Amino acid sequence: MSMLRRHSVWLLALVVLLALPFLFYDWTKGRHSGFVLTLMSEIGVMAIFALSYNMLMGQAGLLSFGHAVLFGLGAYCAAHVVNLVKAGTIWLPTELVPLAGGLGGMFFGYVLGWLVTKQRATAFAMITMGLGELVSAAALMFMGFFGGEGGINIDRVMDTSLLGVSYSSPWQVYCLVLAWAFIAAALMRLQTQTPLGRIANATRDNFERAQFVGYDPRMVRLLQFTLSGFFAGVGGGLYVLIYEIVTFDTVSAAKSANALLAVYIGGAGGFFGPILGTIVVVLLQSGVSLLSNAWLLYVGVLFIVMVMYAPGGLIGLLFMHVPIWRIGRLRELTLPYLRAFPPALLLLLGFVLLVELASFTTIGAAQGKKFAIAGTVIDTTAPLPWVIALAALGLGALWMRREARGFRERWDVLIEDAKRRGAVS
Amino acid sequence: MEVFVVSLLNGLVYGMLLFMLASGLTLILSMMGVLNFAHASAYMLGAYFAYTISQYIGFWPALIIAPVLCGLIGAAIEMWGLRRVHRNGHIAELLFTFGLALIIEKGVQMTWGLLPVPYRVPELLDFPLFRIYGTQFPAYRAFMLLISALMFGAIWLGLTRTRIGLVIQAALTHPDMASALGHNVPRIFTLVFAAGTALAGLAGVIGGNYQVTEPAMAFTMGPIVFVVVVFGGLGSLTGCFIASILMGLIQTFAVVFDVSLADLLAKFGYVVTKDTPFAEVLTVTLPRIGALLPFLMMVLILVFRPRGLMGTRDT
Repeated sequence: MSMLRRHSVWLLALVVLLALPFLFYDWTKGRHSGFVLTLMSEIGVMAIFALSYNMLMGQAGLLSFGHAVLFGLGAYCAAHVVNLVKAGTIWLPTELVPLAGGLGGMFFGYVLGWLVTKQRATAFAMITMGLGELVSAAALMFMGFFGGEGGINIDRVMDTSLLGVSYSSPWQVYCLVLAWAFIAAALMRLQTQTPLGRIANATRDNFERAQFVGYDPRMVRLLQFTLSGFFAGVGGGLYVLIYEIVTFDTVSAAKSANALLAVYIGGAGGFFGPILGTIVVVLLQSGVSLLSNAWLLYVGVLFIVMVMYAPGGLIGLLFMHVPIWRIGRLRELTLPYLRAFPPALLLLLGFVLLVELASFTTIGAAQGKKFAIAGTVIDTTAPLPWVIALAALGLGALWMRREARGFRERWDVLIEDAKRRGAVS
Repeated sequence: MEVFVVSLLNGLVYGMLLFMLASGLTLILSMMGVLNFAHASAYMLGAYFAYTISQYIGFWPALIIAPVLCGLIGAAIEMWGLRRVHRNGHIAELLFTFGLALIIEKGVQMTWGLLPVPYRVPELLDFPLFRIYGTQFPAYRAFMLLISALMFGAIWLGLTRTRIGLVIQAALTHPDMASALGHNVPRIFTLVFAAGTALAGLAGVIGGNYQVTEPAMAFTMGPIVFVVVVFGGLGSLTGCFIASILMGLIQTFAVVFDVSLADLLAKFGYVVTKDTPFAEVLTVTLPRIGALLPFLMMVLILVFRPRGLMGTRDT
C-alpha cells in the first residue's frame, strides 16, 4: 500500500495521459484527433530528450549545445534497424525499436563523449557546439548513413509486435510512446539515486573536491554523457516511429536549442522541471505557430525573462512557495496575486499585439496573410493599433511595477515568518 | 599560380573581416568570461542598419552611424542585462546572450522580412581596381582591407598607448587586482562590451554587402567567429589576428583545391573503389568539406590544446 501511495503521482499521470486524448475524441466518426495525438506523442519524445539533457545540465552541470547529435544519431540507427527488420535481415519486435535507438545513442555517446568530456564548463559548451555543427554538416554530405537531404524513410508497420499490435494508427503509437516515456523517466529518476548520479552532482557543485575524494571527474562526465546518450537515443527511436522519417533536422542546432530552452524554462534543479518546460515549449511551438509567425520570439523572451528573474525555472518558482505553504499562510498571497493579474495581462496583451503587428506587416504580408482579431481585419500600417499596443505595454509596465512593490513587501513578510518558524530548508 | 594569388587576396579580405568580428569577441570573452552568442547578431544588425541608413542618407554616413548604434545597443545590453545576470554565474550569462541572439534574429525577420535585402556596394567603389591573370579584383575589397587595417591599427594603438587601454589590458588578466587599485572595472566592462559590439557592427556594415544580408547571417557567422577566438587563444589579440587570417585563407583555399583522400591514397598506389570500406568518406572532395574544417579544428583544438595558438590560459 505504501508503495502505491509513494508512486501515486506517476500512476495518476499515466491515467490522465491515457484519458486526455479521449477529450478530443471524435465520437461521430469514432476516431481520435490526429493532431492531438501527434502533439502529445511529440511532447512525450521531447520530454525524454529534455530529461536526458538534464542528466548533463542539471545533474552534472555540463552545458551542451549539441545534444541533438545523440538524439539524431539514435534516430538514424533506429531507422536503419527498422529497414533491416523490414527486409528480413534481422528480427526485432516493434516495441524494442526505441531500445535500438538507445543503444545507438549510447554508442555515439561513448565515442563522442570520449572527445568532449575532456573539458568542462565553457570549453565543453564550445566543443559540443562544434561537434553539433560537424555532425549536421556531415548529415547532408554522406548519403549512405544519413540519406542526404531527403533523410531516411521507414515503414513502422512491420508485423513483428510482441503484443500483436500493428502500429498503423497514431493511438497505438501514442501508447507505445507513453510506455517508453514512463520507463525512461523512471530509469532516469532512479539514476539520480545511484552513486554515479550523486557523484555527478558532486562534480557539478565542486569539481576540485570531488577530485580530492578520489573520483576521476572525467570518468564521471564520460559515464554520465554515455547514459544521457542512451536516453536521448531512446527518444530518437520513438521519433522515428512517430514520423516514419528521419532527416538532418534531428541533429541540427535548432533541436539542441529546443532541449536547452525546455530544460531551462522548466527548471534544471528539480527532476520534473524539464517535463514542465517541454510541455510549455512544445505547446508554444505547435500551438502558437499555427496562429503566429513569432513563436520563437515568445520562447526567446520567456527564456530571457527566466534567466534574468527566475534562474530556477518554472519548477523553481513553484518550490519558492513551499515554505509559505508549510506555515499555512499561502492563502495570504491570493490577494497580491489577484492584484498583479490585471497589469500582467495588460502587459502581455500589449506585447503580443506589438509583436503580431510587426510580424504581420513584414512576414505576414509577404505570405499574403491578414491580421484579424475576432473576424475584424486590422490594418497593420495604420498608426492606431500601434498606439494602442504601445500604450497597453507602457501602462501595463508602470502598473506592474507598482503592484510588484506591494507583492514584494507581502512576500518578504511571509518568508521572514517562515524562516523564523524554521520552515525554510 | 594564378589561382593562388587570387585566393590569397580573397582569403586576406575574408580573414580581416573575421578579425573585425573576433577581436571584439576575444576581448569580451577573455575579460568578462562571457561567451557572447549575440556577437554575430550585432554583425547582422550592423548590416541591416547600414542597409536602411544607406537608403535614406547614403553609405558613408551609415559607415559611422550603424556601428555607433550597435555600440549603444551593446552598452544597454551590458548595463541592464548582463550585469543583472552576472550574479548567477557564467553559464547564466552565456544563456542570456543565447536568448538575445534568438530574439534579435526573430526581430530582424519581423522588421526586414525573411528574404535577403538588396544591400549593395556603394557606386563610388563599384569598379574593378586591377586585374591579375584576367581576374578582376573589386575596389570594394581593397576598401574592406583598408578599413580593417585601419581598425587593427586603432585597436593596437588604443590598447598599448592610451591610459584606458592599459587599464583594459590589466583588467584582461587580473580583473580583481585592477579593481583593487581603484579602477572602475564594471565601467570598463561596459566600455569593452560596447566597443566590441560596435566593431561587430562595423564588420556588418562592410561585410553585409560583400556577403548576403539575410536573417540567417548571424547563425552562419557566429560559430566561425567562436572557432577563430578559440583557435587564437584567450587573452591574445595577436593570436586572434593570426587565427583570423589563417581561417580566412583555409576557407578560401579549401574551395579551390578539388582533391580528396582517395586522390592522396592513389599517389601511394592504393586505389579506392566503391567497395572499399568508408569509400564515401575517402572520396569526398575538399571543397565539399570546406565548411566542416573550422568546426573540426575547433573540436581538435579544444580537446588537445585548449590554450589555443597564443592564449595565456585555457578556454
